[in-house]
Amino acid sequence: MTSPVITVTHGVVGYDGRPVLRDVSLAVTAGEVVAVLGANGSGKSTLIRAALGLVPLAAGTVELFGTPLRRFRQWQRIGYVPQRLGAGGGVPATVREVVASGRLARRGVLRPPGRADREAVDAALHAVRLADRARDPVATLSGGQQQRTLIARALAGRPELLVLDEPTAGVDAASQEAFAGALHAFVADGGTVLLVAHELGPLRPLISRAVVVHQGGIAHDGAVPEPAGHHAEPDHDHVHPHGPDEPAGLWSN
Amino acid sequence: MELFQYPYMQRALIGALVIGLAAPALGIYLVQRRLALIGDGVGHVALTGVGAGLLLNRSPVLVAVIVATLGAITIELVRARGRTSGDLALALLFYGGIAGGVMLVGLSDATSANLNAYLFGSLTTISPQDLTTIAVLGAAILITMLALRPALFAVCHDEEYARVSGLPVRTLNLLLAVATAVTVTIAMRAVGVLLISALMVVPVATAQQVTRGFRTTMTAAMALGLFAAGAGVWVAATADTAPGASVVLLAIASFLVVAVAAAAWRVLRRRAVPAAAPHPEPHEVVLR
Repeated sequence: MTSPVITVTHGVVGYDGRPVLRDVSLAVTAGEVVAVLGANGSGKSTLIRAALGLVPLAAGTVELFGTPLRRFRQWQRIGYVPQRLGAGGGVPATVREVVASGRLARRGVLRPPGRADREAVDAALHAVRLADRARDPVATLSGGQQQRTLIARALAGRPELLVLDEPTAGVDAASQEAFAGALHAFVADGGTVLLVAHELGPLRPLISRAVVVHQGGIAHDGAVPEPAGHHAEPDHDHVHPHGPDEPAGLWSN
Repeated sequence: MELFQYPYMQRALIGALVIGLAAPALGIYLVQRRLALIGDGVGHVALTGVGAGLLLNRSPVLVAVIVATLGAITIELVRARGRTSGDLALALLFYGGIAGGVMLVGLSDATSANLNAYLFGSLTTISPQDLTTIAVLGAAILITMLALRPALFAVCHDEEYARVSGLPVRTLNLLLAVATAVTVTIAMRAVGVLLISALMVVPVATAQQVTRGFRTTMTAAMALGLFAAGAGVWVAATADTAPGASVVLLAIASFLVVAVAAAAWRVLRRRAVPAAAPHPEPHEVVLR
């Protein structure tokens, strides 16, 4: 029997009274690599944000590693990779400084970083092939390299579960490969992954189960669906400028 | 230099140096979370505390610490709720604070010279007790900002990630708010409530022209703050100018010098090595 990692039961989320998720249930168990698929605005990002407590549930429950979200404290078991790096107020930060934030869940607020922290940061930078950029300001990196920085930050905490929000959106080929490699190593070590994606690309062979979110509900839960229609064409670039925008307020504070 | 033989000038110098070191150490976090002007707002609120202190015949600095802390916590709570009416609520607090201060000072026996001392600073009237307060609170701010740097950096850099890391985000935010209030009130005597924000923000803005990382920016900003404070007091003593204004103008002058020098350096370097073009952007899509 595999142990539960994320369990969302009858989850309901609304923004300003408008329902984004209605009665969604999702269970991820240890060792699974689950992709949440869906169109823009389908609520797929909201689902994982609700599972992490970043978005409040209007109804339903979330359990992380078998503990209700409200009482969950073992955040070092989770590595979260947001969609993109916030611009911040323009104070420079090196790649290494950003990745080192990933150790805080394990170390706590008061303890200064030690040798184990430095080694974990080195290993994470190496895993995403950014060791040579460690001292560069993150703002000078390409979008794909910034995304890898965020993945390294999550890996630095040595989590059991990685939660990734659109990790491959708008990411260059070299970064996609570096990312797929890092994820492959993580899964081979027994890690659990929940990722939101618009397209799977080089990650496809890694995915053990796909969940398709459509209009705030779960439309499919099982094998990875084959691309259909023009999506299956090799030169399809997966850009949907006509798609509805994400719900207002999703990315704003 | 013989001016610094006088104890009141020594106190002025030490007070200014402590604030010059502590203000940018806090300011860097405020700049990073785009709250560069928050110190200004808290300063307005602190003025009501000064007025209340003068009216009640209590230590104006002490009452100002309490009122400014309450104000800063209110601002943080409004910010955390993130409603669109937030900036209007802040405006009410800022202008209510300064109007309340002016009115309460007027009701007390204090003169307008007294009010000016808090609006624009009055370094040379710092008493030994004032200096002790400035030194103790300044050291507390400095130690907190340095010791909690990884956590405060994480919260200011990416608040959602900090929450998923299990950091006490709300506590850290409130800590920053309280630290802002304390820094504002101790700096009030040095540069005045109207110029405090400059000492928190300008050295950071100067440092980040040339630095690459957060820690180096923080160190450089503290060094620049120390320089502006020390040199400002010296200029004020030699040229008989207002100390607060001298400190702030020196900080801004450093910013201009560094900004121009950094721009010139970039132009020169580009001309000197034309072959060293930046890496070409990687491809956006995989072509098979």
